[in-house]
Amino acid sequence: MSYDGGSYDVIVIGAGHAGCEAALAAARMGCNTLMITINLDMVAFMPCNPSIGGPAKGHVVREIDALGGEMGRNIDKTFIQMRMLNTGKGPAVHALRAQADKFLYQQTMKETMEKEPNLTMRQGMVEQLIVEDGVCVGVVTKTGTSYRAKSTVLTTGTYLRGKVIMGELTYESGPNNQQPSVKLAENLRELGFDLVRFKTGTPPRVHKSTIDFSKTEIQPGDEKPKFFSYETESSDNEQLPCWLTYTSVETHRIINENLHRAPMFSGIIEGTGPRYCPSIEDKIVRFSDKPKHQIFLEPEGKNTSEYYVQGLSTSMPEDVQLAMLRSIPGLEKVEMMRNGYAIEYDAMVPTQLWPSLETKKMPGLFTAGQINGTSGYEEAAGQGIMAGINAARKVQGKEPVILDRSQGYIGVLIDDLVTKGTNEPYRLLTSRAEYRLLLRHDNADLRLTPVGHEIGLISEERFAKFLDKKEKVELEIERLRSTKVGPSHVNALLESIGSAPIQDGSNLLTILRRPEVSHSHIEQISPSPYELTEEMKEQVEIQIKYAGYIEKQLIHVERLQKMDKKKIPESIDYNDVQGIAIEARQKLSSIRPISIGQASRISGVTPADISILLVYLEHYNRVTAARG
Amino acid sequence: MLTDTIAAISTAVGEAGIAVIRVSGPDSISEVERIFHSKTALTKAESHTVHYGHIVDPDTQERVEEVLVTVMRAPRSFTTEDVVEISTHGGVISVKRVMDLLLQLEIRLAEPGEFTKRAFLNGRIDLSQAEAVIDLIRSKSDRAFSIALKQVEGSLSQKIGELRHTLVETMAHIEVNIDYPEHDVESLTAEFIKQKSSEVMEGIQKLLKTAEEGKILREGITTAIVGRPNVGKSSLLNALAHTNRAIVTDIPGTTRDVIEEFVTINNIPLKLLDTAGIRETMDVVEKIGVERSKHAVTEADLILLVLNASEPLHEDELELMEQIRGRQSIVIMNKMDLPSQLDRDLLSRYYPDELIVPMSVMTEEGIDLLEKAISSLFFSGKLESGDLTYVSNVRHIALLKKAYKSLQDAYEAADQFIPIDMIQIDVRLAWEQLGEITGDTAAETLLDQIFSQFCLGK
Repeated sequence: MSYDGGSYDVIVIGAGHAGCEAALAAARMGCNTLMITINLDMVAFMPCNPSIGGPAKGHVVREIDALGGEMGRNIDKTFIQMRMLNTGKGPAVHALRAQADKFLYQQTMKETMEKEPNLTMRQGMVEQLIVEDGVCVGVVTKTGTSYRAKSTVLTTGTYLRGKVIMGELTYESGPNNQQPSVKLAENLRELGFDLVRFKTGTPPRVHKSTIDFSKTEIQPGDEKPKFFSYETESSDNEQLPCWLTYTSVETHRIINENLHRAPMFSGIIEGTGPRYCPSIEDKIVRFSDKPKHQIFLEPEGKNTSEYYVQGLSTSMPEDVQLAMLRSIPGLEKVEMMRNGYAIEYDAMVPTQLWPSLETKKMPGLFTAGQINGTSGYEEAAGQGIMAGINAARKVQGKEPVILDRSQGYIGVLIDDLVTKGTNEPYRLLTSRAEYRLLLRHDNADLRLTPVGHEIGLISEERFAKFLDKKEKVELEIERLRSTKVGPSHVNALLESIGSAPIQDGSNLLTILRRPEVSHSHIEQISPSPYELTEEMKEQVEIQIKYAGYIEKQLIHVERLQKMDKKKIPESIDYNDVQGIAIEARQKLSSIRPISIGQASRISGVTPADISILLVYLEHYNRVTAARG
Repeated sequence: MLTDTIAAISTAVGEAGIAVIRVSGPDSISEVERIFHSKTALTKAESHTVHYGHIVDPDTQERVEEVLVTVMRAPRSFTTEDVVEISTHGGVISVKRVMDLLLQLEIRLAEPGEFTKRAFLNGRIDLSQAEAVIDLIRSKSDRAFSIALKQVEGSLSQKIGELRHTLVETMAHIEVNIDYPEHDVESLTAEFIKQKSSEVMEGIQKLLKTAEEGKILREGITTAIVGRPNVGKSSLLNALAHTNRAIVTDIPGTTRDVIEEFVTINNIPLKLLDTAGIRETMDVVEKIGVERSKHAVTEADLILLVLNASEPLHEDELELMEQIRGRQSIVIMNKMDLPSQLDRDLLSRYYPDELIVPMSVMTEEGIDLLEKAISSLFFSGKLESGDLTYVSNVRHIALLKKAYKSLQDAYEAADQFIPIDMIQIDVRLAWEQLGEITGDTAAETLLDQIFSQFCLGK
């Protein structure tokens, strides 16, 4: 009945955004990797909005790229619009957002994966894990094939016991009418994992030729697009605009009149949906005084007429959806090509994971992406690359790589998940990061490329280029610091840009601190000898202009890192720790933090508990050391 | 929490000769230097040297105190960190002024037992004492917690809650502008941030004013008189009040609105806890009992257990003794003028002789012995130095001032058109600092606020 499909180092189940990054990372780190997915036409599919990036999410894409991942490169090849958001705010929250040609995005990613030497791609439905002595050693598919591996990564997205809901209609399904994965969900439950039921949704798609764009506002891309990948230098991609319109009084009336048919309110939906991604019916009920809501019409690609109706996520019955659409200015005669729907799915309670994304219960099994309770392609991909890295490192007998909260949004995301858990699909927001000013779009390489190089995902060539950039930025800052100028050198320039003249001598660094002065102004008086690129100049400016705020945060980071470096041995039994409060003892026993830092972030664990734990650990370590 | 600099008053709060404030941590020397004027710079001082000088308020340049400062450099100190000890004139006010200034710097108030904890973690204290260190942290934190909790019930916490609400609304507004740049929420102006910061700063000023006014008299060794009904608790209170300088305060405080009674015994200020309760219940003797005593016991620095010597020990009294085992307490064997029925041997199992005081509170006979017992406990250092009410007041004031400063920074930044995400750093800091007073710092609150205040989504 079952036959042997062969042995691999790493198996990745699923080929969504988490699965692709995980499989590529493992393969590129030298592991013989197998990726199994239900439908090979769905590799890197975007079941919801055809866009990547935005605040926090775009930062994650930069981080993936800085680590040597694929998402940044792939969207740079396939974007149909690129915009830098938040340019009026500080550099830390500048955020790149792209509209993708969703079909090209998939094809390009699949092609990249097919070319990867260590990576095997197979279509198949995994139904069961192979577990020996409590360790996951492989998987079995519906066709009876068993594959063995030292590490297995589950990236099942919304497929686990997926159920599509639309009005009164419900049916078992993955996203976009794909087959759901039912047996695997049952298997995970049997193996003792805690699963929760989450929900998400997507809006309808409409035909371009039936949209009256004259009634909408054009939203063009940036004239000079920037890119996600540090490796992308230019692009010939033609950009397409998006279009803005609004819901009308009539839309709200239609929704209100049909609320009894909305599964959100009729009780059909059991799963918990994300607050930050509510359906239009939810928005209208909760914010009834808001007269209209924004609707963005986004092209799904160059070679398709389908438009994504952003802002109209809904699980209303099909007839109501059509009526809603046609009540929106510009969409009066619109043809709906696909309806919106809600989808419920099983997700793992993420506190069952170590920060490496390996499950605590079952060594050898890693999970990443929506299965861990997150939402969003970028959040999935960020976990995917880390799970892939750590799955590979486990095979290689190396320590896992764990990013801390000051190193990246990926660190914030994973730490939040495994330490606090989540009771709704988790979305990254910049406000979740304590050190937002350090986690900038511009410095992802400074934060993470050394890590990517160390683990073998960044080539020597790219690393040399990175080091050159880093060095030139440092040299230039030092040059500006040590170059003194007098009033006669600079005042003419300062006056020409409306900046107050200086009275005494000053160094260039002090002058560049002024908000109205840019590096190019400085170069008018004192050109840099270092052949700086635009990117380097930007880095110099940011590091100088915001030094005060950056240093403030760095002080806190130092404390965080000291706490995170205090490791808690895995063998510790919290029942032996006298004096900690009962609630703290329960939480610590279940989460089993790897460091004092992580322990201190568990809700319900007080500073006094941490003090006691520290004293206990010191005691424990001294006793252990004495025993030799 | 392992690497910052902490301070605490390490001598008893009293009116005696001198008081010592201990500062420990990597920045202790450089931070104290910022408020200490002397011939030699502390940062250049050699280890284990003493320096004469003045503590100066860095804002007003006013000389606050004449002090001696001892520098002990790592690792040759109790905690093995850099330690600075500041000896001030004794007395509550002098110590408080210096402490207030220290806590404005990059120094925070030590947690209960924290010096000892650091000494242990840094290998200064023997392994055998680990358990004692844990007990110390636990017992002190529990008491600090119960007191802090009591303080933040009531008007202070309500006012702080209101201020924090204004801040969290402002923050939610800022965050939505950052995380949803294309969303049609009204864009945020510098003017809006300035207006909201001023509003909260004004509120903080008001709180600080009441805190300063209502505080000074409320500091001393918190003392509970406990015992069964009718053993003579209220008479003891009257006797203490009669023979000593007593001040009854009825100032509606910022933190608690109870009547407290202060007596000073040999210059040691005692704050008699819940004395109003004891007085009131004179007529309803049956209503008081062990329950009430138990409550008082949890927050006292010193417990005076009153027994009726003319009766045998009651079960409740044994239970009470069991409960206060290990705490600083004195047993008063009252009604010694009557024939004794009390089993002195049983009592001796719980108390050393010097802490058993035979008395007749009716005749005030033996009250001198009680005063002596209290003094010797105090001067032997067994009685806890810091009244925790006092300590948490200092902490509250320091946090209020820090929050004020953060908002000032935010205001100025808004004035200079600094980007909103950077202004947010200071607004958020103020919000967290206020939250530390009420023990509410959960970051999740901000997200809740964002999603309840704004309609967001795709």
